[in-house]
Amino acid sequence: QVSELVQFLLVKDQKKIPIKRADMLKNIIREYRNAYSEIVKRADRTLQEVFGLQLVEVDTKRHIYILINNLPHAEGQHLCRGKEKEKMGLLLVILSFIFMKGNSVKDSALWEFLHLLRVYPGKQHSVFGDVRKLVTEEFVRQKYLETTPIPLTDPPEFKFQWGPRAEKETSKRDVLNFVAKMQGKDPAFGATQFSEAEANT
Amino acid sequence: NNLMAAQMTNAHRRFLQVLMSNGITEGSEARKLHQHCCETDKVYYAHDKLDDFISTINSHLQPLFMQIRKGISEDDGRAHYAVVNLAETEVTKMASDYTEIELELFRKTMDLIILSENGFASSTDILNLADQLKTKKMKKKEAEQVLKVFVEDKWLSEKNGEYTLHTRCIIEMEQYILSNYQDVARKCNICHSLAIQSQVCESCGIGMHLPCVRKYFRGQTEPRCPKCNEFWSCDTP
Repeated sequence: QVSELVQFLLVKDQKKIPIKRADMLKNIIREYRNAYSEIVKRADRTLQEVFGLQLVEVDTKRHIYILINNLPHAEGQHLCRGKEKEKMGLLLVILSFIFMKGNSVKDSALWEFLHLLRVYPGKQHSVFGDVRKLVTEEFVRQKYLETTPIPLTDPPEFKFQWGPRAEKETSKRDVLNFVAKMQGKDPAFGATQFSEAEANT
Repeated sequence: NNLMAAQMTNAHRRFLQVLMSNGITEGSEARKLHQHCCETDKVYYAHDKLDDFISTINSHLQPLFMQIRKGISEDDGRAHYAVVNLAETEVTKMASDYTEIELELFRKTMDLIILSENGFASSTDILNLADQLKTKKMKKKEAEQVLKVFVEDKWLSEKNGEYTLHTRCIIEMEQYILSNYQDVARKCNICHSLAIQSQVCESCGIGMHLPCVRKYFRGQTEPRCPKCNEFWSCDTP
């Protein structure tokens, strides 16, 4: 049972889909419902020991879990497939911006900032494609970002904050290093770095 | 083998994570990755100990019915590594990524490929299949798109409008294919692994991988079948 649960979790995690406790119970545990918490505990231990991943509950009310990477972040990590590296780069920029602005930004402010990096919500980006979708849907679904509507706004405005996965996976040190690199520099400097990186991909 | 299973370190875990996220990893990439992981996690590194490194991981994967398996590409003879699930009795690895109808198309394509002489199925034949699917008929345009995705995801590979199984697919599904296509699936006479693309002896019918043929007949002016000793009729690659 433990190995089946581990498989199930690995497959879900491959797509960064958060896992609901109800799904775990339904798909795997069946007859062993009473031993549920023991099985989950053992699965988590196996995931940590063998894969360096950890099962973390990010929503205690609705019992939603994600697998986070326990391994210390490495420079030049080959972990990223396809466009993942670039997406993570963009995400780090966004997380840093949110962090610098006191952990919460209005969506309009975020888009204004990304304009400096020549990333526009309306335009197809050569690397990221539909950026609006990436930021407001994909990053949110994967729990890297959280977006909440600002009450009493018309047209409706949203605010962006760090999501639970970002909280658990991204070390504040990564962000501080990144911010330090950018600090005191003309925001256009960041834009140059970014578009140089773009030009090289 | 009476060595005690070595401990997993973060280097092993990192290696495993990357292998899983790659789907399939070529030999030289795997060696580079081995070095990178050992250096990053400050673990003892010996460049010729990749097999031992992998064995350690495998000993911990065994209770989970998983394994890092090495397979040889039928095209260039190079080694590739993939993480396979030994408990799967059918194409369940793909089951979570594709719809029912796409899976049916894949299974039927695999039939065509395995039953063929040369290990390839033409795009025309596959598109005709799409029309006859039980689940629901698939339009040609749709089928073409699905085939493209299968190639991108490395289940199939395409050459000149013909499709064969990708090395990744062969590594991951070798057991499944050998048990489900017992009478039809060919095994290479030299290395005894599953052979999808092969050269076949006209006299006695044994098959060999092209890279295996190349190695076996190297330097021989008169290539002869290793089993029946008749002249080898195919062009040696």
